[in-house]
Amino acid sequence: MSFKKKWNQYGIPLMFLSPFLILFTIFVIIPVIYSVVLSFTFYNIIQRPKFCGIENYRVLFTDDDVFLIALKNTLIFAFITGPIGYFASFFVAWIIDQLKMRNFFALAFYAPSITSGIAMSVVWLYFFSSDRYGFINNLLLRIGIISEPILWNTDPKTILPVIIIVSVWMSMGTGFLVFLAGLQNIPKELYDAGAVDGIKNRFQELIYITLPSMKPQLLFGAINSIVNSFGVFDIAVSIAGMPSPNYAGHTIVAHLYDYAFIRFDMGYASAIAVILFLMTYSLGQIFMKILSSKDEV
Amino acid sequence: MKTGKHQVKFSFNWLVVYLLMGGLVLFTSLPLIYMISTAFKPYDELFLYPPRFFVRKPTLRNFYELLTALDSSTIPFTRYIFNSLLTTCVTVALTVIVSSMGAFALAKYKIPFGNTIFNIIIAALMFSPHVTQIPNYIIVSKLGLLNTYWALIIPKIAVAYNIFLMKQFIEQIPDTYLDAARIDGASDFKIFWKIIMPMAKSAWSTLIVFSFVSNWNDYFSPLIFINKQALKTLPLILQSLAGGPGQIARSGAVAAATFLVTMPTIIVFLIMQSRVMKTMAYSGIKG
Repeated sequence: MSFKKKWNQYGIPLMFLSPFLILFTIFVIIPVIYSVVLSFTFYNIIQRPKFCGIENYRVLFTDDDVFLIALKNTLIFAFITGPIGYFASFFVAWIIDQLKMRNFFALAFYAPSITSGIAMSVVWLYFFSSDRYGFINNLLLRIGIISEPILWNTDPKTILPVIIIVSVWMSMGTGFLVFLAGLQNIPKELYDAGAVDGIKNRFQELIYITLPSMKPQLLFGAINSIVNSFGVFDIAVSIAGMPSPNYAGHTIVAHLYDYAFIRFDMGYASAIAVILFLMTYSLGQIFMKILSSKDEV
Repeated sequence: MKTGKHQVKFSFNWLVVYLLMGGLVLFTSLPLIYMISTAFKPYDELFLYPPRFFVRKPTLRNFYELLTALDSSTIPFTRYIFNSLLTTCVTVALTVIVSSMGAFALAKYKIPFGNTIFNIIIAALMFSPHVTQIPNYIIVSKLGLLNTYWALIIPKIAVAYNIFLMKQFIEQIPDTYLDAARIDGASDFKIFWKIIMPMAKSAWSTLIVFSFVSNWNDYFSPLIFINKQALKTLPLILQSLAGGPGQIARSGAVAAATFLVTMPTIIVFLIMQSRVMKTMAYSGIKG
C-alpha cells in the first residue's frame, strides 16, 4: 500500500477525529483513570500523593457519618425523582403525540428542564418560603390547615421533599423530547398490522407495539435520568444551603465538593467520585441489558 | 413528519384528556409565569401581604436597579452577562465543530479501533460530569488556566453526549452522496463542509440548543475554576445575590436577574424547536 493510499484511508479520518479524541482523552478518559488512582491515596494538592490502600473507602463507609447521610439522601432522591421523571415524561410524550397543538404542549412541558437550577430554586423559594409570604404557607394558612407557617427549607424534615418536588418539576422534560421524537418515528404500518393481528385498544398498542419499537429512545432517556438524578447538587445547595440543617439536603456531589474544593482532600474526594461513578455506571449497564435492541432491526 | 397519524376525532374523552393536559401545563408553567410576572413588579407589590401572583402595574425599575444601582461591588452586572455570553458561545461553537468532525470520521470511515472508541463514548454517557471534576481541576490548574475564561471552555468541548448525537444523525446520510462527490473530485474536507454539514443542519442546531442550555446553566465549573469576581458567570452571581435561603433584601434585583438568567435558553429553544424535534428521533441507543 502506498503512503498516499494509507493517508487517505487512515490519516484523513484521524485528522477529523483527533481534536475530539485529544480533548476527550485529556478531560474525560485520563480523569476517570486518575480518579481511581487518586482514590487510593492521600493527596492535598501541595504534597505528592501518598498511597494508602483502601483507607479512604474504609473511612467513608465506617467513620464518615455525613457521607452515609449524603448517600442515603442521594439514593432516596434518585429512586424517587428518577422513576417519576422518567415515567411522567414518557406518559406525557405518549399523550401529547396524539394531541393537536403538539408544539405548544411540548414547549410548555419541556421549558422547565432547560432553565437554570439556580434560577428556578429562587423562584420555587417564593412558593416554599418559610414565612407567611410564601405562596404555599399563605394558601395553607388561609384554608386553615396550619396555624403557623411551615419552615419548608430550614426544617430537616421538609428539606428533602422540597428538593424532590423542585427536581421532579425540572427533570420531567429531560427524556421527553427523545420520547416524543421516537414516538413520531414509529412506522404507521406497525399499528395497521397490529390491528389486523387483533390489537383492540390503545393500551395494548402501547405494550405490544409502541414500547418495543422505542427501546433505543427508552434506553437513552433512562441513562440520562440516572446520571441527572444521582448528580443532584445545585438545586439542593440553593434551596437548603451548604451545609444544610442536620445535613438534610446533603448529597454525594455536595460531599465531593466539600472535600475536594473546600478541604482540598483530593484522595478522599476521589473515592467519593469513584463510588458515584460505580453507581451510575452499573445502573446504566443494567438498563443496557434490559433495553438492549442490538439483536433486532 | 407523519402528522395526524394517530389523531382521533374530538369526543368527550378527548376533552377530558385536554383538560388533564391543561392542568399539567399549569403545573409546569406556573413557576415560570410567576417568575416573569415578578420581574416586572414595582417595589410595593413585591412585599404585598397576602402575596399576589400577577403584576398589577408592571415596571422596568427592577432591571434598572440591577444593571445600574448594584454599585456596592465595583463590577457592573453587565460584566457577568458578558462573561456568561462569551464563554457559552465560544464553547458551543467549538463543540459543534469538534463533535461534527469527530462524528463524521466515526460514522463514515473505517478507523482502527473505531468501534472501541465509540463504545467508550457510550460508556462515558453513563457517568455524571462531577466524577471527572477533581482530575480536571488538577489538570486545569497545572495548565495555568485557573481563573481564566479558558477554564470554562476547553474542558467542555469534547462531550460524549454531543459526538454521540452527531454520529447517530450523520450515519443516516446515505453514502451515495459522498461517493458521487468523490467521483467529482471533491476533497474529504470539502465533502464534510459542503455535504455533511448542510445535511446535518438539524442535528447541529439541536446540539447548539443542548450545549447552550448546559453551558449557560452550568454552576459547578465556574464554582471550582473561578475565584476572581470579575470572571464569574451568571449562575454564581445569581446565587450570591439571592443570598441563600430566607433572604428578602434585594428582592427586586433578584427577580430581574432570575428573569435574565432564564430567558436566553428558552428563546434559543423556541428558535430551534422544529429542527430539534427532527434530530431527536435519531438519538436512541441500540445497547
